[in-house]
Amino acid sequence: MAFRAAVITFPGSNCDRDMATALEAVSGTPALRMWHGDADLPGQLDLIALPGGFSYGDYLRSGAMAANSPIMRAVVAAATRGVPVLGVCNGFQVLTEARLLPGALLRNAGQRFICRTVGLTVENTGTLFTAGYTQGEHVRIPVAHHDGNFYADADTLDRIEGEGRVAFRYAESCNGSARDIAGVLSANGRVLGMMPHPERAIEPAAVAGLGGTDGRRLFESMLNQLVSA
Amino acid sequence: MQVRVLVRLKPGVLDPQGRAVHHALEGMGFAGVEDVRIGRLIELDVTDGTDEATIRQMCEKLLANTVIESFTIEGASESAN
Repeated sequence: MAFRAAVITFPGSNCDRDMATALEAVSGTPALRMWHGDADLPGQLDLIALPGGFSYGDYLRSGAMAANSPIMRAVVAAATRGVPVLGVCNGFQVLTEARLLPGALLRNAGQRFICRTVGLTVENTGTLFTAGYTQGEHVRIPVAHHDGNFYADADTLDRIEGEGRVAFRYAESCNGSARDIAGVLSANGRVLGMMPHPERAIEPAAVAGLGGTDGRRLFESMLNQLVSA
Repeated sequence: MQVRVLVRLKPGVLDPQGRAVHHALEGMGFAGVEDVRIGRLIELDVTDGTDEATIRQMCEKLLANTVIESFTIEGASESAN
């Protein structure tokens, strides 16, 4: 059965092609490409992916304009029906602005753009995105962001931690994120937002320190969970 | 008519930009600056009589992210309610 994934492109997205390439590399099926102005999504989707970049030039706040674009109304409706949604980097920012995920992404505490491969711990393997990892596993995935400092109030942080909704945590402090949270799940576990870029870690390193396959398993997890479901 | 919306980070939300400006002011020799917080001023030119409830909706849906920001509205007509 073919894996039907849709990758959304906003004006200013720049990781949409990488995301589509990763999805096709793992699933063998080309991803559908959607534009921010599209009002409808095709039915029977296995995944909607919101890529990284600088949608609408990060005007107002990162992700704020994209969250109110026509396609996002369709994404919110699909997510409400239980269609899995993955938001990476700017996609994560869009998901918080659209209120599909809790919290917000603030400017990095150190004010600097951070572009390097970071260590993460896998905090919850009981999700369709993370089933291919082992609990507490240490993985390495690149980050590249200026606004990745996850913020939520203390009650919200306690709640999402208590509900197992922290998918990934930075192994070392990275950008000032509350409790070193790098990836967050929705209440039903079917929406994941994360700052690190799994689509940039799908091939063995050609050069020491560059690349790796730790991100590939996130896509493989989804494929195994969704196609077998 | 013109309506002004002031958007501020809520107390307790880290403002790295404000902190950097604070350091810069100190480095320039300005003494006695206790804290700097940077917000955003949005000026809206709207139809006369636009009420505050409408502006409030604009703020809650787009102009501010109420998870991290608060807002105040100046110059809107009083809401009829």
